Formats: sequence, structure tokens, C-alpha cells
Amino acid sequence: MTQLKSTVDTGSDEFAANRDAMLGKLTEIEGEHAKAVAGGGEKYVTRHRDRGKLLARERVELLVDEDSPFLELSPLAGWGSDYKVGASMVTGIGVVEGVECVITASDPTVKGGSMNPWSVKKGFRAADIAAQNRLPSINLVESGGADLPTQKEIFIPGGRTFRDLTRSSAAKIPTVALVFGNSTAGGAYLPGMSDYVVMVKERAKVFLGGPPLVKMATGEESDDESLGGAEMHARTSGLADYLAVDEKDAIRLGRSIVKRLNWRKHGPAPELSYDEPMHDPEDLLGIVPPDLKTPFDPREVIARVVDGSDFDEFKPLYGNSLVTGWATVHGYPVGILANARGVLFSEESQKAAQFIQLANQTDTPLIFLHNTTGYMVGKDYEQGGIIKHGAMMINAVSNSTVPHISILMGASYGAGHYGMCGRAYDPRFLFAWPSAKSAVMGPQQLAGVLSIVARAAAQSRGQDYSEENDKAMRSMVENQIEAESLPMFLSGMLYDDGIIDPRDTRTVLGMSLSTIHNGPIKGADGFGVFRM
Amino acid sequence: MAITSVLVANRGEIARRVISTCRRLGIGTVAVFSDADADAPHVREADAAVRLPGVSPAETYLRPELLIKAAAGAGADAIHPGYGFLSENAGFAEQVAGAGLTWIGPPAKAIATMGSKIESKRLMADAGVPVLAELDPDEITEDQLPVLVKASAGGGGRGMRVVRELDELGAALISARAEAASAFGEETVFCERFLATGRHIEVQVMADAHGAVWAVGERECSIQRRHQKVVEEAPSPLVERVDGMRERLFDAAVRAASAVGYQGAGTVEFLADERGEFFFLEMNTRLQVEHPVTELTTGTDLVALQIAVAEGAPLPAERPESRGHAIEVRLYAEDPAQEWQPQSGTLHTVELANTVQFGLSTQDSGIRLDSGVDNGSVVSVHYDPMLAKVIAWAPERTAAARSLAGALAAAKIHGVVTNRDLLVRVLRHPAFLAGDTDTAFFDRHGLDTLSEPLADAETESLAALAAALADAERNRAAARVNGRLPSGWRNVVSQPQVKVYDSASGTHEVRYLLGRSGVTVEGRDGVRLVESTMDSVALEAGGVLRRFEVRRYGALVCVDSPLGPVALTAVERFTDPSAVLAEGSLVAPMPGTVIRVAVAEGDEVTENQPLLWLEAMKMEHAVRAPADGVVAELGVSAGAQVELGAVLAVVTPTS
Repeated sequence: MTQLKSTVDTGSDEFAANRDAMLGKLTEIEGEHAKAVAGGGEKYVTRHRDRGKLLARERVELLVDEDSPFLELSPLAGWGSDYKVGASMVTGIGVVEGVECVITASDPTVKGGSMNPWSVKKGFRAADIAAQNRLPSINLVESGGADLPTQKEIFIPGGRTFRDLTRSSAAKIPTVALVFGNSTAGGAYLPGMSDYVVMVKERAKVFLGGPPLVKMATGEESDDESLGGAEMHARTSGLADYLAVDEKDAIRLGRSIVKRLNWRKHGPAPELSYDEPMHDPEDLLGIVPPDLKTPFDPREVIARVVDGSDFDEFKPLYGNSLVTGWATVHGYPVGILANARGVLFSEESQKAAQFIQLANQTDTPLIFLHNTTGYMVGKDYEQGGIIKHGAMMINAVSNSTVPHISILMGASYGAGHYGMCGRAYDPRFLFAWPSAKSAVMGPQQLAGVLSIVARAAAQSRGQDYSEENDKAMRSMVENQIEAESLPMFLSGMLYDDGIIDPRDTRTVLGMSLSTIHNGPIKGADGFGVFRM
Repeated sequence: MAITSVLVANRGEIARRVISTCRRLGIGTVAVFSDADADAPHVREADAAVRLPGVSPAETYLRPELLIKAAAGAGADAIHPGYGFLSENAGFAEQVAGAGLTWIGPPAKAIATMGSKIESKRLMADAGVPVLAELDPDEITEDQLPVLVKASAGGGGRGMRVVRELDELGAALISARAEAASAFGEETVFCERFLATGRHIEVQVMADAHGAVWAVGERECSIQRRHQKVVEEAPSPLVERVDGMRERLFDAAVRAASAVGYQGAGTVEFLADERGEFFFLEMNTRLQVEHPVTELTTGTDLVALQIAVAEGAPLPAERPESRGHAIEVRLYAEDPAQEWQPQSGTLHTVELANTVQFGLSTQDSGIRLDSGVDNGSVVSVHYDPMLAKVIAWAPERTAAARSLAGALAAAKIHGVVTNRDLLVRVLRHPAFLAGDTDTAFFDRHGLDTLSEPLADAETESLAALAAALADAERNRAAARVNGRLPSGWRNVVSQPQVKVYDSASGTHEVRYLLGRSGVTVEGRDGVRLVESTMDSVALEAGGVLRRFEVRRYGALVCVDSPLGPVALTAVERFTDPSAVLAEGSLVAPMPGTVIRVAVAEGDEVTENQPLLWLEAMKMEHAVRAPADGVVAELGVSAGAQVELGAVLAVVTPTS
């Protein structure tokens, strides 16, 4: 046991400035979250309420256990796009009758809850989380179906939704659909493919074709209730397993279904007698400098995240631009890899590759704390084999089968993003701090590279190179890349699962780890060939 | 003839009281119990216990032959009757003696003489004891009004009527006779002048078989409801005030006891006016409920003396001196605000801090507790709803009143509505503290005000918040996953947590958010959560920090604080539609027996029309139509036993 000491001076001007900058960013993000919470805006919210209906988040809040934590996923999906922030859908991990479930709720106040391309991506991400972590899923359905103008981006990939439901069922992970309203045409397969279906009396409408379409197709006169009403499905078609008298009753029935799932987690249980960190998580606001050029010691973060601030460092004297070591978070054993001074050299890469293998040997989940500008470049390093050493690290990360969680604290640039288990390397969860930035390289570097290349091209063509144009180009590129590296942009693209308050890191990790342990934790039996 | 083992022919606190002294003296104890009392504390505490099959008193505690058989079977050589039941039954006293057992009580003849109110009054008058003239019911005149009609064989206020108008007399006589006949098997009634604002003063006497008669001390029991004593004290504030009254009173009491050749413990009751004039009411030939105030002021164990006298021992040479002041209150399971309606149910918790159980000295705390119940006791509809007596002793009367009020206010009493708040208000009332106590106390000072809960609306609202926060802790502790994560944590906050509690005064919806900076409560600014566990919540409101103790029993949440006790019912988040009652359903307001049904299914009924009658706690309750309509369902018939909340009938309103 090694209790981390802190050297953070919370009274310093630097700390205060860091903190102010971080609080500023948090306020901005809160504003964006508020937009998602506001759904379709006051007019549509009022109309929805006037119909005696609950809002999407009200349904979710009623569904989860009282006073339990709820981790909303991808709240900023669609940020920066033409669609409302949040993509007309709420997804998250909540505890229902003591069982962690992936909950998905369409937001009917946003265009009737219709699915746009971002909603589809957000739904896929939730389904991935359910599948990878063995979580039962509960679908709170009230959706007008696909957003028709963008059907080309929805229709063909969107079929996965129904495939995922039945594959989940086949994998013994139950799926529940609570139908509050429209669920027609393709949407009818949401309840259709679910293991348990609850429909709200006089509200649920589930059919392949509505009265006009039926009239056109066969000439038959019909109405909504006989084609797809809850009573009909409960008594005649058998598609509804339970008939709810109202929305609240549907949620009650949903909870009682989950209660009877006889759910058991397959991962090992956490040790429950752990200590809270010795250092105040509040300090995390002042640790990360707003300018990512200034490095910070990740041990200061670890000391405020892990149980009892107790961290046993591995290979502390070797490759010390990367900190590796063991700890527990909310009682779950973890290995941690954290960038210390941005750059990854050959030593760091080899150290990481070894550490990841050790974690797989002992079935220990891994947490990656990102603040990297990438692998070192330069003659000495290339000649020293930085590519093959970086490849070893990426090999280890790619083939590791223990669960990974990535937290983007600061920079996550270049192949460093890959080596530290970036989005493409399928960490079970990836969250970003408001201070995070991710791109192929830093905006200035990228603009500078473009400038050098352009200057060389002009030279080779014997043309004059306009310094004024170069300055304007560099500025434009810098601004664009800066904007596209920011967490809200990346979150909007679903490149993370959400932006979190650094002070919540421990809670988010705790929930993520508990979620992950619904499935088995098993290290890899083998890796790709390590290039020596 | 030394007693080795005593059968206590009683239940509840008095059984425990007698057992307590026997234990101290080294005498064995035998309890008896009805089926409803099988788990009662007195049964557990006795050395042996004998079942009396059945539930009603008539089947059990009122069966002399069963009691004598039980004594023989369990090896008891004496019987202590306690109070009530057979304690003043001369026949029983004779049977006990006839069976060769020692009767711990007065001679049967003294019981019989004093049992007849008419005869005893004549005898007392002859002995020089002041009595109120007995009036012939048939010759009452206008200027003799108001008069009191009393059952000759009565007690406990039954068969008693106050008549203020002459034309009401006939009806009062008929109903008093009927009640007396059913309660005591003897319908004789008589009349006497009614002193509306009198004081009830009584003298504890103790006499031995050798001619010694003590007037041990007086008690005042003026504060009564429906002729039942509620607050009793020694000495009497009136007697303290009027010069020479005590001597006259004691003299009269000794004469009364001597006139009937009394032995053992007894009480001579008088009605007194403010000038100190008093009249003989009756003599109770048993140990009184309120005997502890005399024990505390004299340091005497009256039960021990009863046993000694029964064994033939003489009283000590010196009569004990009285010192300080003792006040007793009777804690009843009843709702003073609802016409004293008796309450039943499970008494989950009854806790008074630092009390001495059945003690002769109250030691440091100043509080003695004579309780018939324990945590978890079931208060049934079959017997008297008195739960316990709480008694305070202090050198001064006001100090005793203050410490008793404080102990009661701080007591945890959970599960059953009691008169506790009323008792506290009485003990803190300026008139009470000034010694202005008379039998009309509740009328004079307003039962409405006196029965108000100690907890005001603001306290109730804070208690609901405390309950919500404690329940949140409980939910977190019970969570199967993420139990140690922050309560109600959200990365995207959209709305507060909601908990709903019902109280007697309405519904409290608590909407709160727990966050990094503590709790935010909708509609309540400036509240700070200092600490919370599932049992205790410290809240700072209006700059004042207070601790709320929270206990939960199923849906019942009891919140105690220095601001007063609050009982809440947690409202479930969801209701099962199949458990929702049909509109117009009439449910049993308490457990009881259906005694009459006046309608049949399909009958048309008008609003307020009685449909059926329920008997519970010796009282009849009419169940009435809530509106004009038709009896759609009738689920019970006469004789049916019903539980609280059972659907009795459904009336479909005609709209």
C-alpha cells in the first residue's frame, strides 16, 4: 500500500486560474445539457404534458430505483448538427430493482420523438454498451419513427436496432419494451423483437400500417385501436404481455418485470470496505491548466479518484512519462495508465505493453487517463524503433480483453490516442473532461505542417509564397482544428460517452466498473505478434 | 402465614407492578393470560403463566373458578386481584379464601358494603363522614339541578349521566339503568347533586388486621375525561392551599375505613369545592391505578404492605411522612381530537429515556414508568386502552410538572395514536401550573386547543424533509449495486427526487436534490443538511440546527424532534390498480365486529344513512352512506369480524 501525497497548492494563483477556467467550461457544458433537457422546447413540452403524458426524463426517473445514481450517456449527441442537442432520445445506465439496465427513451417533444441519424448512432452506442456489458435493456417507446428526409442515413443501418434486440435475447440478456405511444411501421419491431412488452391503454399504437395505408393497400376500412391499440394487442394479437392502465402503471410493470429476471452479475463482486480518497476531489478543478502545453502530474488526479488514494506504482523509475500502477476504485481492482508529460517514448510504449499484459494475466480492468501529444518523432527516436515500440503498445491495447475505460483529461493527439485506447479501440466507456482535446495533432502543429508543405510546394513550382495568405490560412486551419478538437464537438459526434465534471470522475468510474461487472472479466489468452 | 407464590389475576401494567414487588420480596409469581395476551410482557415476566382460553374478559379475567384453578395448578398460595376485573368482587374474595388461598385485599364484607353506593353512603353518614344527600330520582325539583345519575354498583364512569334539564331526567334514568345492567348486572341507580366544577380528592388508606388504620396521603385526580382520570397528583394543590383541610380529610377517611372494618389498601374518594368543603363519593376497595404518586411521595411500597397485611402482619409503628410532589399521567391509546376514540394496532416503539420501572424512588431522572406494553406490543380492541402510567417526582409541584412534560414530549411512541400531546399541553398549561385543576378542566380550557399536536405545520414539513432524507439513506444502504455512490447522483440533472408522505393534516411532497453542496429543497430556502443517516437527520433551518430522529415501520415513518413528534405514512411511488378500491367503498375505520346490518344489496340509500354498525372498543360506530345512491355490494353480515380497512359495502352514487 502506498498512499499518494499531494503537492497541489490550492491557495496558489495558478490553481485559482486553472479552477476558474475549468468552471467556465463546466458552465458552458451545463448550458448545452440544459438544451438537451429542454427537449423540444416549452411549447411542445406543455402540449405533451397537457395530454397527461410524462416527459422522457420523467419516465426514466420513475423507472429507476429511488435515490440511485443514473449515468446518462451521449447527452450531447448531435451537438453542432442541424438537430436538437441530445438527438431526441435519452439513453443511460440506471438501476431498476437493483439491476443495472441500459435505458432508452425517445423524447416525443422533439419532432414526435422521430429518429434522426444522430438518434440512430446514439441508440447503437447504447445497444453496444448493453451487449458488451451484459445489461438488460428497457426501451421507453414513443416515437414517430424515422425522420423521413434523412431516411437514407437511417433506413439501411437502422435495421441493426432490431437485430441487436434479438441477439441480446439470444445471449440471455433480457429486453423490455414499455410502449407509451406511437410505435408504428418499422418501429413496431421494437416491441416485436423485445422479450417483454407493456403497452399503455388507449395510448400505445403499434401497427405495421395505419388506417390510410391499409385503405390504400387493400381497401379495408379500419381504425388505430383495432389495428394497434394496447387492448387489442393484450387481448387479441398477444403482442402486449401486460396492459398498463396509464404511464405510471407501465413503469410499475416494467419494474416488476426486471425484479423477476433473477439477475446475477457474472463479474467478481467488489470489496465493500474501502476508504474514500484522502485528497479532496474538489481540487481536480484546479489541477489541469487551461493550456495543455503545461504538463501536470496525473498522480494528483489518481490521488483524488482511487480508494484511499492508495496507488502502487509499477516501474516507477522506467519510462516515467507514463505512470502505471494498481489501485481499487469503489472496491474494484484496476490497473491505471496515465500520461505524465505528454510524449510517449519507446520506454513508455514498452512499459505500457508489459503492464497491459500483466493486467490480462490477472483479469484486472484497465483505466486510461489521457493527456498525450503522441509518440515521439525525430531521427533518434525513429532509429530507436519508436514505431515498433508504439506498435507493441497498440497491439497490447487492441488484443487486451479485460475491460478498458478511457478518461480524456487533457490532450489526446495522434497515435497516442490509439495507444491509450481511443474510441476505435473499443473501451467499454470513454468520457472526457471539459479540458480535453483530441485530433490527429495539435491545431498549431497541423497548421504549421500545412504551411511548410504549401511553402515547399510553392517553392518547387517556383511560385512566390504569400506570407499574408499563409498567416490567414494558418489561422483558419488552427481555428477549425481547435473547434473540432473540443469535447462538445467530439461528444456531438459520439466519439465519447459524455463530458463529465472532473469531480465526478470517481463516481463515473465506479458506476462504469459496476456496470462492466455484469459480464465476466477475463484477460486475453494471447496477443498479436510483438515486433521485437 | 407466609405467602410463597402469588397469582396475579390481572393483566397489563398492574400485573407487572405486582410481579415487580413480589420479585423484590422473593415471592414467586404466576400470571394468567387470555389468548390475546399470550405474548404480553406480564406473561413473560412471571415465573409461571396459565392460559385462560378465550379473548373477552367475560371468558377469561372475569372467571373466578378458572383463576382459582390456575392458582392451584401453578402452586400459588395467594391471589392479588390488581384493579378492575374481579378486584372489587366480594364473591371472588370469598371463593379465594374458601379455596384455602390468601386473598390480597380487603375482607369480602367490606367490599360488599362499599360496593353498594346507596348503602355505603348511608353507613358513611352514620359514621360522621360528610356525604352529598341522596336524591330520590322521582322527586327531583328544578332547583336541585343539575343532578348526577349514578349506578349503585358502578365505577369508571359507566352508568353515569349528568342531567341539567328536568325533562331529560326520564331518558337519562332509562339509559343509565340499561348501561348499569349490562356492565354490572345490577340496574339500580340513584341521584345526587352534581358539582360541575368540583375537585376530585381521594385519600389512600391502609389498615391492618390489628386495628391500625392509616391515612397514607391524599391525591387529587380532578383532570378527567368522561369521568376517567387522566392526571393524578399528590399532594393535592387544593388541600395544600386550604388550612386544616388535610386533617379533616384524613379523619373522614379513617372513619370511613374503620366503619367497614377495612383491611389492606383502599381509597376513599371525595368531591371537594374550592373552599375545601368535601363530600364522600365512594370507597374503592382495592389498589388504585394512581397509587404510584403516593408511593413516590411517601417512599412506601403499597403492594408490599398489601402482602404484609394479607399475611397478618401489623403495619409499622410510624405512618410514612410525605415529601415533595408527584404527578402521574395515564398514557392512553386514544385520539382526544376524535372524541377520545380508542386506538388499536401495533405499538412498534415506546421509549422514555432514563425511567425507573415500577420504582419507589425516581432517582436522578425523576421519572417512573409503570407500563403494560413493550416495543412491538399489540394494542387490542378487547381491553382498556391504557398503555402506561408515567410519573414524575420533584421537591416542588412545578418542577415535577415540567420534568414530566419534558419526558413525555421526548418519548418515542410509535405505531398508535395516543393522548401524549394532550398530556404535555395540560402539564404545561398555566392553569394547571397554578393548581387550578377541576373536573371541568378540558371544557374550560378547550379540548380543541389542548388536543392540538405539539408539532405545528412547519415542524411537520421539516419532519417530512427529514423523513425523505433518512429514507434516501435507507435506500442507498439497501441498494444491491452502487450503494456507496452519491445519493441520487446525475451527470445531467433534470429534476429532483420526489417523496410523498401523508400526515393527519395533509400530504407532504418533498422534492429535493442532493449534490456536492448539500441539499436543495423545492419551496424551502436556507435549509442546510448537516448530517444524515437512516435513523437521524440534522437540519439547519432558519439558522437553527436541530436533530430529527427517524424510525420506519413498513410505510409508517415516525419523526421525533424537540419540535414535537410527527407520524407520517410514506406514499408508495406506484399503486397496483387491482388494489385500488372501487369508488364509493366503505371501509372499516377500525378492527371490530359487525353487530347490525340495516340494508341489503340493491337498496337505495340517502347520504348519511347508517348502513351497518360496527362494535369496537366497547363502542358502536355507525357506517353511513357517503352519498345518495344504491348499495352495489355488501360484503359482510352481522357477527362478522373485520380488519381495519376491510371493505364493508360499496355504494354507487346516483348522479
